[in-house]
Amino acid sequence: MIESKQTCLHDRHVSLGASMSPFAGYDMPIEYAGLDTEHVSVRSRCGVFDVSHMGEVDIKGRDALKFVDHIFTNDASSLADGQCAYGMMTRQDGGTVDDLLVYRRNDHDFMLVINASNTEKDVAWIKSNADGFDVEISDRSADFGQLAVQGPDSEKVMKDVLGIDCSGISFYHFITLPDLSIVSRTGYTGENGFEIYAAPGKIIDMWDKLMAAGVEPCGLGCRDTLRFEAGLPLYGDELDDDVTPIEAGLGMFVKLDKPGGFIGRDALAKQKTEGPKRKLVGLEIDSPATARHGFEVLDLDGATVGHITTGYNSISVGKNIAMAFVDARYATKGSHLQVKIRRKTAPATVVNKRFYTNKYKK
Amino acid sequence: MEIYYLPTHEYIKVDGNIGYIGVSEYAASQLGAVTYVDMPEEGDELEAGEEFGAIESRKAASDLYSPVSGEVLEVNEELADDPKLVNNAPLDAWIVKVKIADSAELEGLMNQEAYDKYLTTL
Repeated sequence: MIESKQTCLHDRHVSLGASMSPFAGYDMPIEYAGLDTEHVSVRSRCGVFDVSHMGEVDIKGRDALKFVDHIFTNDASSLADGQCAYGMMTRQDGGTVDDLLVYRRNDHDFMLVINASNTEKDVAWIKSNADGFDVEISDRSADFGQLAVQGPDSEKVMKDVLGIDCSGISFYHFITLPDLSIVSRTGYTGENGFEIYAAPGKIIDMWDKLMAAGVEPCGLGCRDTLRFEAGLPLYGDELDDDVTPIEAGLGMFVKLDKPGGFIGRDALAKQKTEGPKRKLVGLEIDSPATARHGFEVLDLDGATVGHITTGYNSISVGKNIAMAFVDARYATKGSHLQVKIRRKTAPATVVNKRFYTNKYKK
Repeated sequence: MEIYYLPTHEYIKVDGNIGYIGVSEYAASQLGAVTYVDMPEEGDELEAGEEFGAIESRKAASDLYSPVSGEVLEVNEELADDPKLVNNAPLDAWIVKVKIADSAELEGLMNQEAYDKYLTTL
C-alpha cells in the first residue's frame, strides 16, 4: 500500500477530530462537525477548507504566454496581469487531461493550479508539449499550502481575522502579498470567496487564526456537495481523459477562435459543429433514494442511455438530484428518464444542472 | 433478547425464531444523518451473508447484509417516513423482522462482547 501524503495542516485536522480519508494520494479531512453543518455554514456564513493537496505549476520564460495558450482551452492572452481564468488542458482528440485555473502574474510568468490526483500526469503532459517553447516549467506543489475561505461572510473574515483587505479584488482576479502569497476571489462552492496560496508555515498560521476566530473548518465532504449544487465539475466524475469539455457543457471555457489555437482545438471544433453524442445534464429524481456515481440512466423503455456522474440528497435544494451524461437526444430540459438505483428504478427529469444559483460577487 | 453482529455492523436481535435486523450504533454514527433506507419487501427470502438492501446518508450508500437466512415477515415502515430514527436509536430502529430459518447460523456471529472487542480493532 502506498503511504498517503499529508498536507501542512494534517496535525490540526487530527486534533480537531476530523474524520480522515485518502483522497488523491493525501490523507484528507472529510468532515469535522459534520457534512451538513459545514455545508450550511458555507452557504450562510463562512467556512475554511484545507485544499493544500492541489497542485501548483509555474510556467515562466519568454514564451510563457504563447505556451500557456498552446495547452489551455481558455484565452490567457486576453487576461490582464493579476487576473485568472478557468479552463481545461485537452489532448489532440479533445479528451480532458485536467481542468485548472491559470493565474497570470505577467506575460512571462503564470501559475497553473491543477487537481492533486492529476499532478504527475499533468506535469508530464505539460513538459512533453513544451518542445520549441522558451519556458521553464516547475512543479511548485510542495512549496504551497492552500486555503479556501468561502461564504457570504468571507470578505469580512479575510479582513478581520487575517488582515487581508480583499475589497479591491474582482471576481477571478488576485493580489500578490509582499511575502509572495497569492489571494484570489475564486472558489468551488458557488459562494463568494477567496483562495489563498502561501508557504506552509503561513498557511498554518492563518488556519490557527481562523480557528481561534470560530470560522467553521470544512472538509472534502461538503466541498463536494457545495460544488455539485453549483453545477461545477469534478475531474474523475464529470471530466476525464475520455470526456471532452464540449460534452461536459464547458464550451464557454473553450476559445476555439483564439489566435494560434491550442492542443485539441480541431477535435473540439468538429464536435461542437456536429454536436456531441452525449451531454452532461442535471436530473431531478423522484425518489427518496440517491442516485450516485456510476448508476445507470435509462430511457422509459429501460434501455441504458447514460450514467450518473455525481448525485446527492441535496441540502440546499431538499431533493435527490444528480448530474449525468446522457445521449444527446435526451439532453433537453424536461426529458423524462429513469435512474436505476440498485434493484429499483426511479423517475427522473432533465433539469438545469446549476441547481443552486451562485452568489458570486463580481 | 440476545443480540449478535456481523463485521459489516448489522445486528440481529433474537426472540425465539424471530429476528430483528438493523445497524449498530457504531454504523449509525459513521454514516451520519440517514436519508433513506432501501428495504426488501415482505415475503422476500434473505440469505445469510447476502445483501438485502442499503442504507444511505448524505455521504454514501452502504449495502446491508443479512446475518441469517429467513423470510421477511415485516419491514419497518416508520423508517420510510423518518429514516433518522436509525441515528436516534439504532437498536430500536430495526429494518426488517425475519423468521430465522436456521438458528445454528447465529453461532457464526459475534455476540455483544466479541463485537465490542472487534470495534476496538477498527
